[in-house]
Amino acid sequence: MKELVHMLELKNLTKILGDKVILRNVSLSLDRGESLAVVGPNGAGKSTFFKCTVGLLRPTSGEVYLDGELISKNSMSVKQKIGFLGHESYLYSTLTPLENLKFYGKLYKIKEADKKSAELLKEVGLHLFRDMPVRSFSRGMVQRLSIARVLLAEPEILMLDEPHTGLDVEAAYLLNRILKEKQRRGTAILMISHDFEQVQELADRVAVLSKGKIADTMAIRQGSNLEALKEWYEKAVKGA
Amino acid sequence: MKAIISDAWTIAGKDLGNEWKNKQTIGMMVIFSSLVILVFSFAFDPTNNMVKAVIPGLIWLITIFSGLLGLNRSFLSEQENDSITGLRSAPIDPSSIYLGKVMANCTMVAAVQIISIPVLFLLFDYRFMGEFLWFLLVLAAGTLGFIIVGTFLAALAVNAKNSEMLLPVLLLPLLSPLMIAAVQATRIILENADIQDAMSWIQLMAAYDLLFLAACFFLFEFIMEGS
Amino acid sequence: MKQKSGFIDTAMFYLLIPMVFAALYFVFIWSPVEKFMGAPQKIFYFHVSCAWVAFLAFFTVGYYSVRTLIKPNIKFHIHAGISAEIGVLFTTITLLTGMIWGKSSWNTWWTWEPRLATTLILWFIYVAYLFVRRMEGSWEKIAKLSAVFGIIGVINVPIVFMAIRWWNTKLHPVVFGDGKNQDGGGIEPPMLFTLLFCIFTITLLYAYLMRKGIEIEKMRHAVKKAKNKAINRLAG
Ligand SMILES: Nc1ncnc2c1ncn2[C@@H]1O[C@H](COP(=O)(O)OP(=O)(O)OP(=O)(O)O)[C@@H](O)[C@H]1O
Ligand SMILES: [Mg+2]
Repeated sequence: MKELVHMLELKNLTKILGDKVILRNVSLSLDRGESLAVVGPNGAGKSTFFKCTVGLLRPTSGEVYLDGELISKNSMSVKQKIGFLGHESYLYSTLTPLENLKFYGKLYKIKEADKKSAELLKEVGLHLFRDMPVRSFSRGMVQRLSIARVLLAEPEILMLDEPHTGLDVEAAYLLNRILKEKQRRGTAILMISHDFEQVQELADRVAVLSKGKIADTMAIRQGSNLEALKEWYEKAVKGA
Repeated sequence: MKAIISDAWTIAGKDLGNEWKNKQTIGMMVIFSSLVILVFSFAFDPTNNMVKAVIPGLIWLITIFSGLLGLNRSFLSEQENDSITGLRSAPIDPSSIYLGKVMANCTMVAAVQIISIPVLFLLFDYRFMGEFLWFLLVLAAGTLGFIIVGTFLAALAVNAKNSEMLLPVLLLPLLSPLMIAAVQATRIILENADIQDAMSWIQLMAAYDLLFLAACFFLFEFIMEGS
Repeated sequence: MKQKSGFIDTAMFYLLIPMVFAALYFVFIWSPVEKFMGAPQKIFYFHVSCAWVAFLAFFTVGYYSVRTLIKPNIKFHIHAGISAEIGVLFTTITLLTGMIWGKSSWNTWWTWEPRLATTLILWFIYVAYLFVRRMEGSWEKIAKLSAVFGIIGVINVPIVFMAIRWWNTKLHPVVFGDGKNQDGGGIEPPMLFTLLFCIFTITLLYAYLMRKGIEIEKMRHAVKKAKNKAINRLAG
């Protein structure tokens, strides 16, 4: 099957914040059913890159296309397609998990939001806590809930900024299973991670972002060597 | 447009439902406005007949002071967990966030007024003799204008570290024409004078409300959009 | 580039010096003394000119705010900021001279005369605007927020004026009687000329200060940029 239009395409994305060049000429493309992991040292500009892609920040120059449509500041159809998991949870700590999901469900115009929220809560293992305010949650529980929030709208592209932080082994395994299932059904997945095991497990391709530039990209084959991946990463960061 | 209003309603519903559960902000606002009334009754002897003249001003004073508390909260509460970014990345028009907040704030301030204005009349032993419907109209027009500008500036001020202090400094000068009109119209109605005199003030308030609603509605996008 | 702007500045500077002295001469020596108020009336020339510049500066802020929103550009942002800073200065002078004028002609430091009261509100809006500009964050963000506030502020100014005028006429219908003796009993031609000359001089002064302020602000930005660049280079 040949796809003419990439799910996500970045052309020469440059972002200057204040006087600081954070991203320079980043170009990338991502197809449906593909998963791409972005790795890089702290402060490399990974989160900024995500925010530009989602449309939370406006690129200084360059274009971002989602499904062939230019991400401008205000297109709702584009936002509908993106599931964005950021550093923060975006949850209301005074509300319960169920209320949080219902609220976002309404904003994303999801049919049968109540039923779906309940199902998702079960899936991420928060069913027992559904009537407790989020304020009393632990970090990992919050992370599980924010993943549920992202999955709720069934986005066509998942943009996950360090999705594994705070998750226990079981939850990480669960998340990987969910993501693989999504990917199999044609969802594009873009994720930032510092955890090479998960990267190796999930990603088809890895890109190294260092000092605002894509230093190198590499395809990952099933059963490839973790040590080799790390070595390659260090080399790419040094070379940048 | 319909989508904007329904989204706004969702957001307002979330805020109001939250408020209904813990009643913190409204409770504070009511107590604060009662305290302002109390302080004023110490400052000006309520048994003195002259004091009746300051009643219209006091109505607006307590509305603004207590309203400021609620306005401060309305966007600060979105800062926690950065949920405002969650709203921004949701497929809704930014204006619906503004509209939703205006609805929620309006409801809260109106709820506070329902309690605090009778308390004011009670403590100052004031017998209401004006036309009730006109009084409500003036109250609604003035409060609406206050909330329209106030919500907008609250969203602007929340970007600063000291947003609680910044908001009144930004808001009060911009409110001055509305407050002049509101106090004058209220005075005329409470004194049971000719409604015709109040008419031009009510028109001024209506024009102010419409103008700023339109301006804030369109400019809100710029506040929300990241740089 | 440096040379050319320098030339215009120098020209303006050397034009301003004689003009200021001429204005002083016209005001204090050449123009006749007003019959009712006597010498204190002379402050009126400065008062009116400064008030004009205060409002002009504010509408300049509004103009550059709109342009900043249309296309974010640090130049517009700087222009708006400098105009606001100069505006505060002239608004303050207007208020002070207005008070002196009020004291000498109506024997009270403050009256709720619509123009004077509007100037006071304008002063507060200006200060609020400068507070918005003092916020932390990248200049793009501040430019956006302050531009939005500038626009709202500019919309507000005419409404303030109208509201205060209505309020005045309804509250105290016979205050000072409009028109005639408020502006000093019918302006004579020499007085009018002096006034116009003063307005022109002070507007020129505003333009000069504006140019200088912008230049300084731009230098500040250049220095900051160079500094950041150097730090970045050192950091690798
Ligand atoms: N609002 C801002 N203003 C100025 N600079 C910023 C801003 N936000 C981020 N930066 C800078 O941008 C650079 C990239 O930040 P970013 O958050 O994208 O890093 P990251 O790659 O996600 O790092 P981490 O792995 O720690 O999450 C950093 O050097 C940071 O200092
Ligand atoms: Mg990050």
